[in-house]
Amino acid sequence: MPLNQIERNGPWDLLVAGGGNAALCAAIAARRAGRSVLIVEAAPKFYRGGNTRHTRNMRCAHDHATDTLTGPYTEEEFLDDLLRVTGGNTDEALSRHMIAESKSMLDWIQEQGVRFQPSLGGTLSLGRTNSFFLGGGRSMLNSLYATAERLGVEVVYDAEVVALDIEGRTFRAATVRHDGADIRVEAAAFVAACGGFEANIEWLKEGWGEKADNFLIRGTPYNRGTVTRMLIDAGMQQIGDPTQCHAVAIDARAPKFDGGIITRLDCVVFGVVMNRDCERFYDEGEDIWPKRYAIWGRLIANQPGQIAYVVFDAPNIKRFMPSLFPPVEAPTLRELAEKLELDPRKFEATVTEFNDAVVGGFPFDHTEPDGNRTEGLPVGKSNWAQKIETPPYYAYPVRPGITFTYLGVKIDQQARILMNDGNGTPSDNMFAAGEIMAGNVLGQGYAAGIGMTIGAVFGRIAGQEAARHGA
Amino acid sequence: MEHRTATLAEADRLMTVCNSCRYCEGLCAVFPAMEMRRSFADADLNYLANLCHNCSACYHDCQFAPPHEFAVNVPKVLAEVRNDSYAHYAWPAALQPMFRRNGLWIGLICATLVALFLFGTFLWNGAGAVFSAQTTPENFYALMPHNVMVALFGPAFLFAILAIYMGGRAFWRDISARDMEDGAHQSGIDYARAGHDAGRLTYLDGGGDGCMNADEQTSDNRKLWHHLTFYGFLLCFASTSTGTLYHYLLGREAPYPWWDLPVVLGTVGGVGLVVGTAGLLRAKLRQYHDVRDDTRFGMDAAFIAMLFGTGLTGLLLLFLRETPLMGILLAVHLGVVMTLFLTAPYGKFVHGIYRYLALARFARERRGEMVPQDA
Repeated sequence: MPLNQIERNGPWDLLVAGGGNAALCAAIAARRAGRSVLIVEAAPKFYRGGNTRHTRNMRCAHDHATDTLTGPYTEEEFLDDLLRVTGGNTDEALSRHMIAESKSMLDWIQEQGVRFQPSLGGTLSLGRTNSFFLGGGRSMLNSLYATAERLGVEVVYDAEVVALDIEGRTFRAATVRHDGADIRVEAAAFVAACGGFEANIEWLKEGWGEKADNFLIRGTPYNRGTVTRMLIDAGMQQIGDPTQCHAVAIDARAPKFDGGIITRLDCVVFGVVMNRDCERFYDEGEDIWPKRYAIWGRLIANQPGQIAYVVFDAPNIKRFMPSLFPPVEAPTLRELAEKLELDPRKFEATVTEFNDAVVGGFPFDHTEPDGNRTEGLPVGKSNWAQKIETPPYYAYPVRPGITFTYLGVKIDQQARILMNDGNGTPSDNMFAAGEIMAGNVLGQGYAAGIGMTIGAVFGRIAGQEAARHGA
Repeated sequence: MEHRTATLAEADRLMTVCNSCRYCEGLCAVFPAMEMRRSFADADLNYLANLCHNCSACYHDCQFAPPHEFAVNVPKVLAEVRNDSYAHYAWPAALQPMFRRNGLWIGLICATLVALFLFGTFLWNGAGAVFSAQTTPENFYALMPHNVMVALFGPAFLFAILAIYMGGRAFWRDISARDMEDGAHQSGIDYARAGHDAGRLTYLDGGGDGCMNADEQTSDNRKLWHHLTFYGFLLCFASTSTGTLYHYLLGREAPYPWWDLPVVLGTVGGVGLVVGTAGLLRAKLRQYHDVRDDTRFGMDAAFIAMLFGTGLTGLLLLFLRETPLMGILLAVHLGVVMTLFLTAPYGKFVHGIYRYLALARFARERRGEMVPQDA
């Protein structure tokens, strides 16, 4: 429905900016508490939901196995995992609160129509800890939207918040650009659940410099961080810095935006990774999936041209999940280098040097550290080292793929946005949920499914608290 | 990989995208079967296409569906591949072109056969006998002796069985040629599993909620309509078979009283056919437009119409068999049934055969894949 028709019903009890998991959980929670709710989603209907479209699971604590989870995952274990992946760089009290709330989220989100399936195929390692959405994130979103609309939540697409009217600690109204017009929408409370800023390359450059021009954005092109910027400019407290993000190595041939899951490559462990100068630059055998997956984006971001090449040989081609683009293939290393437009002599020298350094002789086993390593190299490979010697030879060009960003606004346990006044005074009626406040939980690092936990848990809290405020 | 048609090439592209994503693996049999492969030859694609029910759940769940640049529309492309596969495996090859403009062909054949039966009935018996045969003890057989019916329908039925068998065999050989390297062999349990999945339409439920329609709401109606149609058809077939046994084994000749088995089976089956096919046609028209293979609407509609016609004329014949209309209705009914038999190998009828065979293959692949995991 066009916004100018809906506006006559205002002012609203709650205005939600954004249209993903966090926004829908906030809207549904507030609507179930009897409040009038308007969602303004900047994207068109097909692209609604930001990065939720590209997700597929959520990490929630639970005491027992279920139909879709293979065993218990206690709050303590969840916290341990979170502390480990963030290196302790988290608001621990807030994280504890989130983890405690995640327990009831499993049932709550299913009551909103979301369906789970057991983990299958390539995701068995997460079968105990993570709940997988049947049909993936877009299916989950479709269920949430159907529920929200059935409950009477109004949703407007192609509706971007372009200005906020904030008086001191109090939200008054937002200006929403829709269908060529700027419309003032007043509401008693405001939930900012409109994602990060990873599609705003200029903002990424504030942290990364010109390197950011070579980053690929794995998710929605609509996460430009405009609301985040407006909130910070209006006196809200910033958390995180612009370099912090989830960045993995993805196929360099992927589109600039929205390539999603299908361009990821998890073959680093099976060969060597060289930069464009044909030099290896990091231990490819340091750790097993998924940790090794999440460090390579940053590593490649710091290489010349922000590009690297994963090189391996014939026996490894079937050892990892297929991806969208076929590998570059050649019968000799020289020809492979030529196809990659790299210096063939240096390329061959690097592989030969690596092959000569391989020691171990244990059976290759990529599921755990197998003791096959290199000896005497300036940059070693500490596990899964195998000679690259069986043609055909393969390579994937890889670039940093930004999944999401961590810079956002600081919140408290009620999901209230805190003021940048030196005391961290809570704002009066402004809340944040999802990627825009993920930095409160994730100072750095990542573990699969936590983004959706942050979105759903703080979304529900924000909706409930906003509903109380409007009472 | 080289493909015979552009549609198969597009299906290969989509399966490569899907195999890199796998978010839909919980929805149906297509995606788990896809995951057991890393490349997709024509036979693989024909196999996967015949596992798909076109429920469209994966289309609505797909983050890469149009207008995304990856333009992933699995249900539509697999529908096209599936419909092409019916023609590709049809026997004899000279009749494969019947799948082009299938609705027209079947309509013409039906009109011709109904006309021939009407013409023959009048020519043979004279108009007076046609409009008074309901009063004679022989009833139907006064107009067309039982032996004549058997002589006409027996060969038609046997030809249909042969042609369907030959097509099914070609499909089966093609899809089971791939070596799965898992050491499993096709066994009886796989055929039983396939019978279960085909009989229950296990995978025609959009992952549990039913199919998506034009209004993006899910419903399970297609499953219900299909059950009514399929089991209605089986009951009608059982009615005819029972009648044949009565005739030859017990010496009891038609017409049978309303409470006797052939009539009861035929009545219940006929109602199922009429209601089920009407529902299927309605569901077809209301189906989400983007996922349909509109070029084959004629084939779908023709098959639905033939089943509907068989059920309707059969019921009318039953209820009006004691009126002067009986003679004409008998001729029309026989013409429709003859069309159903003769065109079965060259229309949508074969979907059930190929679906069953694909499910049998899937059952064996899934069993094979599970062996190393259990060990």
